[in-house]
Amino acid sequence: MLRIIISRIIQTLMVVFLLVTFTFFAVRAIPGNPFASDKATSPEEQAALEAYYGLDKPLHRQYAKYWKNILVDGDFGDSLAMKGRKVTTLLAESFPVSLKLGLLSLFLGVSIGIPLGIIAALFHNRWQDYLAMVIAMAGICIVAFVLGPIFQLSIAKPLDWLNVAGWQRSSDIILPSITLCFGVAAYLARLTRGGMLDVLSQDYIRSARAKGVPKLQIITRHALRPALVPAITYLGPAFAAIITGSFVVENIFLVPGMGQHFVLGITSKDYNLVLGLVLFYGILMGIANLMSDLALIFMDPKLRNS
Amino acid sequence: MRKEGEKFIPIGLNLSEFIFVTKLNTLLAFASLALASCESRSDIEVANEKNILVIGNSNEPKGLDPHLVSGVLESNIIRALFEGLVVDHPSMDSTSVDGVAIRDQIQHSDDFTEWTFPLNPEAKWSDGHPVTAHDFVFSYQRLLSPDPNWPAKYAEMLYFLKNGEAYHRNKYGQLLCSTDPDFPLEWDRLKNANFDGDDKIVPSKYLGKDYSSLNERERQRFLKYLNDSETPDFEVLNQKNFDYQEASIANQKIFFNSIGLDHLDKEQLVFLRENLKLLDWSEHVSPEIQQLVVDRLISHHELGKPNLWNQAKVGVEAINDHTLKITLRGPTPFLLEITKHYTWYPVPKHVVLKHGEMNTAYSSPWTRLENIVSNGAFKLKTWRTNHLLEVERNPHYWDAKNVKLDGIRYMPINNYYTETRMFGDDQLHLTYTVPSELIPMAKRKYSDQLRQESYVGTRFLRVNTLNEPFNNPKVRRAFALAIDQEAICEKILQGGQKPASGIVPPFGDYVVPGLIHFDPEQAKALLKESGYESTSSFPDIDLLTTNSDSGLREAEALQAMWQKHLGIKVRIQQREWTTYLQKQYDSDYDIVVAGWIGDYLDPTTFLEMWVSGGGNNNTGWSSKVFEDLLRKAEHTADIPTRMGILSEAEKTMMKDTPVLPIYWYTTNYLMRPEVKNWHPLLLNNHPFKFVELQKN
Repeated sequence: MLRIIISRIIQTLMVVFLLVTFTFFAVRAIPGNPFASDKATSPEEQAALEAYYGLDKPLHRQYAKYWKNILVDGDFGDSLAMKGRKVTTLLAESFPVSLKLGLLSLFLGVSIGIPLGIIAALFHNRWQDYLAMVIAMAGICIVAFVLGPIFQLSIAKPLDWLNVAGWQRSSDIILPSITLCFGVAAYLARLTRGGMLDVLSQDYIRSARAKGVPKLQIITRHALRPALVPAITYLGPAFAAIITGSFVVENIFLVPGMGQHFVLGITSKDYNLVLGLVLFYGILMGIANLMSDLALIFMDPKLRNS
Repeated sequence: MRKEGEKFIPIGLNLSEFIFVTKLNTLLAFASLALASCESRSDIEVANEKNILVIGNSNEPKGLDPHLVSGVLESNIIRALFEGLVVDHPSMDSTSVDGVAIRDQIQHSDDFTEWTFPLNPEAKWSDGHPVTAHDFVFSYQRLLSPDPNWPAKYAEMLYFLKNGEAYHRNKYGQLLCSTDPDFPLEWDRLKNANFDGDDKIVPSKYLGKDYSSLNERERQRFLKYLNDSETPDFEVLNQKNFDYQEASIANQKIFFNSIGLDHLDKEQLVFLRENLKLLDWSEHVSPEIQQLVVDRLISHHELGKPNLWNQAKVGVEAINDHTLKITLRGPTPFLLEITKHYTWYPVPKHVVLKHGEMNTAYSSPWTRLENIVSNGAFKLKTWRTNHLLEVERNPHYWDAKNVKLDGIRYMPINNYYTETRMFGDDQLHLTYTVPSELIPMAKRKYSDQLRQESYVGTRFLRVNTLNEPFNNPKVRRAFALAIDQEAICEKILQGGQKPASGIVPPFGDYVVPGLIHFDPEQAKALLKESGYESTSSFPDIDLLTTNSDSGLREAEALQAMWQKHLGIKVRIQQREWTTYLQKQYDSDYDIVVAGWIGDYLDPTTFLEMWVSGGGNNNTGWSSKVFEDLLRKAEHTADIPTRMGILSEAEKTMMKDTPVLPIYWYTTNYLMRPEVKNWHPLLLNNHPFKFVELQKN
């Protein structure tokens, strides 16, 4: 077990290293200038800015310096677009918001998605199944920028205590988390249904039935755990993705989270911000995947033994 | 919450129990949230009670240092935090009331070049320190810092000050020779020598070319520096280890003249001293004077190029703590209008220096929430990235008793659809804008709250006049006349925008020349005359625009109009913001949609940018006649005459059509009825100190 964990951690570190390396060169290769503004930047100014941020040095030197700053000083650099603000400050400000919103959405997504999937599988090819899958399909297809405004107009506006957007009242988390949870719930429902159907057709379930085990007990004791394997595989990366924020939801509901930094960092060519995010996200993704692998080992005896 | 979540995989539970528990969990989560937010009043009701104005402000501010920002949304915050010499009147354009200076005691010379501002001794920073004339001098010195590490975007706003431009652009020659009364030749004649360097003959631009292959126009640029028989060799000039000391005379001449006196290093100056003829001194400068100039420059280098603020005698001076004297480069009757721009606001000398150098590059530590000190009606209270920024009453403000609001909350809402919905849900007093698609809805639903007001700004197309086909003025004009401006305003924008007949929008005493109107017949005729008769021979053209939806709709309309009226199909090229800007600075475009908002109420804010080498010109167009007219206006004190000259200058420009005007902007926004003393202003710079929230 320990060996698996250690090897996975090493793998994660290598993936993050490659990811950052690739991103480092890729963001510098895309056209555009991080210092372009609506007023012209003179060549001297451009040169001074590049010197200040070390962008005038050869790429390999910049690259070495980047790692040195992170590993030795723990410094992710300054944001190029928001002058005077450190990347770490921006992440520290926005991550707690995204984490809170992400955890609630994930909780809602799991609470809705998994039961929906189980119901669909148990009532396979009956109306309950079709209904559940229509809901799930809708959750996948209807994107946040359609759902968000609908919720704003149909739920928030009539309710006095609920705001359309913002991040000041404690109730402000409700609409963005419902919007975000839809996609998760929909995927989970489909994956759980698939897993459940697969398990229910297995020989050992047939044996259990033949032995006369009550139906409910078959499901809860024998079928549920292996049936959740696909859902849990999905939950790992989904967890990492959802707690790092969503640009669309944050933009619609005015949530000061991390998601917008991903998009705005790229469009404003904020190299340091983009790299900081990629690094952070990469590590988080590694941890989440490791967790979901461990959960799978716990859930599935076949995996545990191999 | 985490505890409930652990019940997620309830192995021992039966199915109905399992479903019940998860449902219960969900319900509980909602119930607890709902209970936590028992505030049932709207945000506006709460804000009204607290006497706080809540406004949409489009985006996270890039900073709060008045010397470093350049955007409208930052100016909205800075106007509340800081105060300049005078303040905008709440309802009348081009009118001022007391600011740090006492309006009625401001004096100026008859020709409007020397101004004296008596400062209010009661004016204080938010930490209680008095605001003095020294703060202003420090501020202007700071903004004009010549250091290339100083990223001020708007330093040219202070070029109105005498010697302001020379100091900021580090024109050593002028600073060392013109401000010295003992120098034997007046600057007006000396300035004809090549101090600046000629950027048209920079060798790297001719890399790979042979001098003999240059066309007549290109050669003309070189001829004035060369004797007839000599020719420069670009290959040698572009060599990495080019040795000017051993080079041919022609190469040396091109080398020195492309750099210019102000930019030569010490070694080069020493060499030049022995070979004065290499530089173009113009006929007004005798060899003795040449020697003298070079000697001064060399000794300046020997001193280690010290900062020349003291020698520069820039036209700002603190007579005493409470009297500021300003000397301008020429008659500027509209100076008070300019001082309302945030670049003219003071910054607190004692605080800036406490947290760094005068111009700590790029970070302005003094503007952080815990450090900032300001002199306006409000001071900074909260600043959270992408979340909100709030200002509160400044108790030390000299006129605090007449400030009506207790605070202003700025919301960085960059999704304008959300902003409109928030307004409808009573979360905002004022929106930043209304998206054009929502204007018809707003007219129906919020008819008495929708504001549509004139705004001094122009939407236009920049044209790259360096390349075919737009190096031909007839083609440019044909494209301009083929734009059905009215259709764009009324069918697409619907926000009350007006078809633009020129680059300067109409306001005050300025008479717009009105040269551009939709005229498809004439456009066709012009295109025919231009020699591009068969449209199939017309070069491929790209229309560059941003990647926004509104940008695309506008570009598609233009594309259709040119197709219909000229039979020319342009390609639309959408690029995201920084690339879009960079392509313009690099002149890597054919035709591009752009906009310009006036910084102050004077036509020059729209005209100055089109001089040759102007940072926002980017069209490759320049005209000596145009620039001479601008310089003439600079030295004209009589207002109607001056406006006439500027109108003439615009006419010269629009005849040549380096830009194709589309429409003049309006502001569209929503405002709640309880907001009082907020009136239409052309620059949309509302002075917050007068704004009031009506109590029921």
